[in-house]
Amino acid sequence: MLLGIEDATVRFGGRAVLDAVGLGVAEHEIVCVLGPSGSGKSTLLRAVAGLQPLDSGRVLLDGRDQSGVPAHKRGVGLMFQDHQLFPQRDVGGNVAFGLRMHGASKGQQAERVRELLDLVGLPGAAGRAVAGLSGGEQQRVALARALAPRPRLLMLDEPLGQLDRSLRERLVVELRELFGRLGTTVLAVTHDQGEAFALADRVVVMRDGGVAQAGTPLEVWQRPVDEFVARFLGFDNVVEGTIAGEAADTPWGKLPVGESAAQGTRTLLVRPAGVRLVSGDAGLRCTVAARAFKGTHVAVHLQPADAPRLEAACALREAPEVGDVVGVEFDAAEIVVLG
Amino acid sequence: MRLGLIAVPVTFFAVFFAYPVAAILARGLHVDGAWQLARIWDVVARSDIRHVLWFTTWQALASTALTLLVALPGAYVFARLDFPGKQVLRAIVTVPFVLPTVVVGTAFLALVGRGGLLDELWGVRLDTTVWAILLAHVFFNYAVVVRTVGGLWGQLDPRQEEAARMLGASRFTAWRAVTLPALAPAVAAAALMVFLFTFTSFGVVQILGGPGFSTLEVEIYRQTSEIFDLSTAAVLTIIQFMAVGAVLALHAWTVRRRETALRLVDASVTARRPRGRGEWALLAGVLASVAVLLLLPLAVLVQRSFDAPDFGYYRALMSSDGGVFLVAPIEAIGNSLRYAVVATVIAVVIGGLAAAALTRRDAGRFVRGFDALLMLPLGVSAVTVGFGFLIALDEPPLDLRASWILVPLAQALVGVPFVVRTMLPVLRAVDGRLREAAAVLGASPWRVWREVDLPMVRRALLIAAGFAFAVSLGEFGATVFIARPDNPTLPVAVARLLGRAGELNYGQAMALSTILMVVCAVSLLVLERLRTDRTGEF
Repeated sequence: MLLGIEDATVRFGGRAVLDAVGLGVAEHEIVCVLGPSGSGKSTLLRAVAGLQPLDSGRVLLDGRDQSGVPAHKRGVGLMFQDHQLFPQRDVGGNVAFGLRMHGASKGQQAERVRELLDLVGLPGAAGRAVAGLSGGEQQRVALARALAPRPRLLMLDEPLGQLDRSLRERLVVELRELFGRLGTTVLAVTHDQGEAFALADRVVVMRDGGVAQAGTPLEVWQRPVDEFVARFLGFDNVVEGTIAGEAADTPWGKLPVGESAAQGTRTLLVRPAGVRLVSGDAGLRCTVAARAFKGTHVAVHLQPADAPRLEAACALREAPEVGDVVGVEFDAAEIVVLG
Repeated sequence: MRLGLIAVPVTFFAVFFAYPVAAILARGLHVDGAWQLARIWDVVARSDIRHVLWFTTWQALASTALTLLVALPGAYVFARLDFPGKQVLRAIVTVPFVLPTVVVGTAFLALVGRGGLLDELWGVRLDTTVWAILLAHVFFNYAVVVRTVGGLWGQLDPRQEEAARMLGASRFTAWRAVTLPALAPAVAAAALMVFLFTFTSFGVVQILGGPGFSTLEVEIYRQTSEIFDLSTAAVLTIIQFMAVGAVLALHAWTVRRRETALRLVDASVTARRPRGRGEWALLAGVLASVAVLLLLPLAVLVQRSFDAPDFGYYRALMSSDGGVFLVAPIEAIGNSLRYAVVATVIAVVIGGLAAAALTRRDAGRFVRGFDALLMLPLGVSAVTVGFGFLIALDEPPLDLRASWILVPLAQALVGVPFVVRTMLPVLRAVDGRLREAAAVLGASPWRVWREVDLPMVRRALLIAAGFAFAVSLGEFGATVFIARPDNPTLPVAVARLLGRAGELNYGQAMALSTILMVVCAVSLLVLERLRTDRTGEF
């Protein structure tokens, strides 16, 4: 492991912002920490960077304990949430800053600045003032600046947080491609699951200062460990049920749950794709309360008579109108027993 | 509309500032029916005047350097460290700035003068050396540096330094490469402000300056009231005017540079508990310097004022037997309060109108030039104002010599820049879109002002009034020229008591100073409670 975090704990006042967090990042791996604001993910980055002392636990880089090593000697890079470009310096001065700190000659600096600005798609921008840059350009300069001293680990704090959606989606692909090409080891934090899944080899979901779930994007998406993770990923069809045999008894009626499901009272997740609409006289009878167009499908919000709302994903042409009465059946393959 | 707003302050400044200044020019340079600019060189060539100029300059430079040395660590501590009692202490260090110069002079006399605390303890007297003046100047201007530099420092995003550290800069290198350049314009602006205040220092030097320690201001007063050489005094005023104008222009330039895009954040999120031995030691050092330099002189002043049986000095204030005045010294309190109230009203009206005119987005070059003009009386020094009033307003067409309004007018002139500086940032911070929103909802321009602007500036207006009040209460340089002997203000009474020999006079001066200090300190502490972070530079 290039980076090892063992039992890292940070307290602000009496509250544990990081609570015995353990995490590893292998060389050339991209790990994304995902969590709502206040879950401690930024503090985690600051602790690794050496900007936030740990109350207990250890941070290891290449197997060496980093306690007592000041931030500027750790050899890690950090891209700040709002970039923190130095307003007094131009683009070139910002990118060259780390090189200067590491004693690179003028010629080396100029050469590397040019190389990096080419890399991030801003060739010839060295002389521009940072105040005149657009959000996306600032983002690229911040990335170039962080990469310039060749950190062994690059950390990104909400790397695309302030950009608009279309730019974000384009940049996240660019970033993944760039890091793959350079072989950069990356630890990123974000609250945006789409960003995390698109960027990461491995995703770590945080909650209240602890790790709620870790795994590949596919694993986490397919099998959220608990209701918190499921809801954070945007799944709202979560319900309590009692499992006996291959069926679960829930407010939405009997749900099929496969053969090997754990028995007893459980929390179940029904993915919207697993909610099939049939004619009004079959299955669970629901009224269509609202529809939201999602591009590839329509999210249909269904109101059963005395049960919580359900969300269904419908093909564009088959979506019912608001006020229609429909029946609902469930697909066992899209139902997950949580926890 | 805009013309209407600005006409009143413009007229006020034309009559009570430009006209007296013109009178000074005429008195100094218009000799024998002709303008003689060479008069300036004649006066400067005199060895006694050259000595005054030299002393004025070097003591101002030394005071500025010493103030920065003592106050910059304080600025850091107040900006970046969190400790119990910080709010109270921040208010306390601001008190000296509004204390009347005579109070400060008296307090340092009680500390380092003849029969002062140091004299009693160790036989040390500093009032015959320049050190008393320098220390009093540090006392005065500590708050200027803490406010100007510390205010910005607290708003600088600490993550800028962290970003530098992540790129391999050590703590010190990160500070030097990132924070220092961001701070430099503010340090320069504060240094120029301190230089200006100490260059034009009057009350402190008048009281603490021994023979040979005379600034331009003191010399102008001496030429006027002791030697009666009004023409030389006028030339000296012109020299001072030019020097101050140069410093002010430099200051305006640094302020403009300070406004370049910096990453500013809410100051309340950047401070944290001290970490490590170095920061605790720094905190302790700053607290100790505040205690010794700022609190001790005031404490000694209060103690001295009670240093007679049965509150003897205070009781002596009630009687007119001392013979220094025609009336009992205690009556100076009433005079001061009356003058201060009138001066405050004038300053708030004039300053408020000027600030409102300056705020308008379509303010042109003429209006912006007026902004700089408004600052002039602050820098041009009180003595100039007083001297100008003395020679300009005592003959037709404007003969106000016998009128009581002369004193409040002069004090208001000195107070207006404070009002404008306090109101402007707040008025400018009112988001124009709020006004537009109100207008779209059907509010007339008057209603917009009443419903949107007024609630947001009410607090600033109170603070401005308080500043004007404190300034006029302590005003000495102008008042001493024009206050009538039978109607002395508190500072004038103190100075006159100190000018007389004898234990009782000395004690009475201490007692009057204490009263003045308490009034000023109380009004400032009330202001501190009203203050929000955006209200102005002072």
